[in-house]
Amino acid sequence: MINKLVPLIFDDSVKGRRGYVNPPSGVDTKAPIPQAYLRKSECNWPEVSELDVVRHFTRLSRMNYSVDTHFYPLGSCTMKYNPRITEKIAQLSGFTDLHPLLPQLKHGEKFAQGALQVLYEMEQLLCEITGFKAFTMQPLAGAHGELSGVMMIAAYHKAKGNNKKNILVPDAAHGTNPATAAIVGYEIVSVKTAPNGELDIEDLKTKVNQDTAGMMMTCPDTHGIFQSQIDQIAEIIHAVDGLMYYDGANLNAILGRCRPGDVGFDVMHINIHKTFSAPHGGGGPGSGPVGVGERLLPFLPISRVVKNTDGDFALNYDYPQSVGYVASFYGNFSVILKAFAYTLLLGGQGLKETSDHAVLNANYVRACLKDRYELPYDRICMHEVVFSASEQVKRGVHTLDIAKFLIDKGFHPPTIYFPMTVKEAIMIEPTETESRQSIDEFIQAMIEADELSKTDPESFHNMPTTMPISRPDDVKAAKDINTCYHC
Amino acid sequence: MLQKIGVKKIDDLFIDIKPQHKPKSFNLPKGKSEFEVLEYLKSLSAKNSTQLVPFIGGGYYDHYVPAVVSALTSRGEFFTAYTPYQPECSQGTLQSLFEYQSMICAMTDMEVSNASLYEGGTALYEAVMMALRITGRKKVLVDGGVSPIHKKIIHSYTDNLHYEFVETPVIHGQASRAAIKELLNKDIAAVVVQNPNFFGAIDDYTDIVDMAHKCGALVVESVYPISLGILKTPGEMGVDIVTGEGQSLGLALNFGGPYLGFMATKKEFVRKMPGRIVGQTVDTQGRRCYVNTLQAREQHIRREKATSNICTNVALCAIQAVIFMSLVGKQGFKELAGINADKAEYMKQCLAKIKGVEVKRSSPTFNEFTVCLPKDASSVVEVMIKKGFAAGFPLSRYYKGMDNYMIVAVTEKRTKAEIDAYVKALGEILLK
Repeated sequence: MINKLVPLIFDDSVKGRRGYVNPPSGVDTKAPIPQAYLRKSECNWPEVSELDVVRHFTRLSRMNYSVDTHFYPLGSCTMKYNPRITEKIAQLSGFTDLHPLLPQLKHGEKFAQGALQVLYEMEQLLCEITGFKAFTMQPLAGAHGELSGVMMIAAYHKAKGNNKKNILVPDAAHGTNPATAAIVGYEIVSVKTAPNGELDIEDLKTKVNQDTAGMMMTCPDTHGIFQSQIDQIAEIIHAVDGLMYYDGANLNAILGRCRPGDVGFDVMHINIHKTFSAPHGGGGPGSGPVGVGERLLPFLPISRVVKNTDGDFALNYDYPQSVGYVASFYGNFSVILKAFAYTLLLGGQGLKETSDHAVLNANYVRACLKDRYELPYDRICMHEVVFSASEQVKRGVHTLDIAKFLIDKGFHPPTIYFPMTVKEAIMIEPTETESRQSIDEFIQAMIEADELSKTDPESFHNMPTTMPISRPDDVKAAKDINTCYHC
Repeated sequence: MLQKIGVKKIDDLFIDIKPQHKPKSFNLPKGKSEFEVLEYLKSLSAKNSTQLVPFIGGGYYDHYVPAVVSALTSRGEFFTAYTPYQPECSQGTLQSLFEYQSMICAMTDMEVSNASLYEGGTALYEAVMMALRITGRKKVLVDGGVSPIHKKIIHSYTDNLHYEFVETPVIHGQASRAAIKELLNKDIAAVVVQNPNFFGAIDDYTDIVDMAHKCGALVVESVYPISLGILKTPGEMGVDIVTGEGQSLGLALNFGGPYLGFMATKKEFVRKMPGRIVGQTVDTQGRRCYVNTLQAREQHIRREKATSNICTNVALCAIQAVIFMSLVGKQGFKELAGINADKAEYMKQCLAKIKGVEVKRSSPTFNEFTVCLPKDASSVVEVMIKKGFAAGFPLSRYYKGMDNYMIVAVTEKRTKAEIDAYVKALGEILLK
């Protein structure tokens, strides 16, 4: 970690300096492009050397907390360790150099058999893990999976002549759920959380009717609680020909313990960068394959990877009821490849153990901190635990202050102010890859924060003090919009 | 740990999962060693034909990626971080993305860029939705030169919505001004164009922008980044929303992803833009710093009223791109674009000398162009593969009645010797 500012790369720019040599043209011809089509303006990219670039971005990287450098219990985001072998595999040139249009040539699939086999075998593994009939690997992130899944729900109702208007979403849901359903053209109906942290089934019953196209659920939900009455919820929705959407953001809690396809869900996405450990890249790329049961099978996006009777893999576009293309190609291939390698490494037993230990670690955090922080739902949790800083707020210390305290202690803060159903929420997801020692150190820091809130609440307001910057002025950022160096 | 929790065994932590919820099956292979997994995936990677000399583009190009790019993005501090929700310990990602946005603005001559969308196709869809939101209108004109792949994405996403899309024809390779003029009226939200278009033709859309603006419609342009080293920019044409596939900015082909959707627009539309945006501000001590800004547009705040449902984007790909753009630099970019165009011109001239081959010359091109062969292009491409060349992309894959046509792409990586060998091989095949 470095704690001073790094100049913008544009400030390092020196006229005429070069960081890279292009290959030679090698031909004498000049493209005869008329003046009218040519650029008149200068493209103000910096003029820097290779070393300038290396040093600049290396220094910038050292201004980040990351899983490799710090405990990162960011709830709902599953910041587990990413085994390095998956990176090495993703760099094999047989994968990196493969053009996505190659298998679309006549008989072109034979030139991409290895890649198609990866997609096919990963689909088979995901089907067995989740209890669904088939997956599309195309969606490029979790929210993109949601979009693809809700499009399939819409296509299903259209095909049946159903005129449905609403999608039900729990009040504790990720923001992507209502945003997705709205983009597909549905009205959102919010369902309340019951006092035990689960969905309020009585409230659900009052909101389900013939207009209900489906329900989107995360299970375990964003409180880290498994819906113990999930089959009953599915029955209520299915009774009006609604479909059950499983938001797979928290699938990592239940591997080998429960399969969404077995308990009444019709469609799900998996954030495979979370559960199957592809690195999150500072905000992506992710990958969000979508699985379906019998009802939605005809509506899966195209293309689909199929295995012919001769054992060869092929792309099939011939599904007349398909929702069509949801991405340009076959998904975020190299992210899927990393998740595939991870799944092969762990195997069935290993996957089950990841859930076991993720749940164990979260419950350990819960048990160690429940006397210090309010636990809105005091019960066994799954892979993450949600506290509230309501007690600390009485002393003038907010969740945000505690987050900044943790930064100074060398921990990436948990997810804060989410779910919105819990005031001053602190959502902790330790993941299975952290040792008891590192979790104990984090717990100790949380206890210290509570102690300090009693003895010197004022001291929080300057935190963090060990970072290259102190707290930024968000209001100024939104008011005096400055998103570009030259503009 | 179990004792602290107050349970006897791990199974006791799963009491909310009732017996009727247990998996009906969980029949997965046993775990393998690192070595075994590597060997297995090496064997699968060897089943892909990456040794063919590539002349396939279609919007996705075989450009060289300098070693520095992956050396830097493989730093764990970049690739094992997540969305910079806590700016004080994420300035590395945030500043990199601010620099990325600045270089996308410089490249396109636009005023604001977001911090990335998934890929070129979904970015174009987001741009169309943005134009529909800004104008409040319901009809969109899409030029026939827009990537057929991207058009398919737009159509599937809007199938359940009440919008109308009308395709305008391509005449002599370029967008038909007459058709656009006739169809433009106060109901049109946007005109969507692409430069260079899918057939490789380049264009100056200034006149279309003027026509559209007179009707209160916006112009959305999808661009190929490398071409902007020399080609007229969307900003110079007055375009309102620019998107594109950023794969050519330092990303490997990777069988279709991850790629990089970029988007830039005018400042007046920034609050309607989807995706994360990094903004510069100051900290409590007045020091320059960066944050995710204008978050009131986004799903985690606005939920069903958000400008998009996007959450995870492709930040690491944007960081790859900013490293690439920094390395190549102002002069290198101009040169790189020129080399691509010049080599393609050489190849066009060589191909035109083959009897029966017609190189479309009705409009200028950049590094990809349309060729008409004396017989079925798909079959010719199939034979060329046997000679070691991925010779081009047959247009019959997406267009009826264009059986003899293909598009051929040339990048800076193709040598004169490779081009000469291709031309010789094609000549021999067509003689037979």
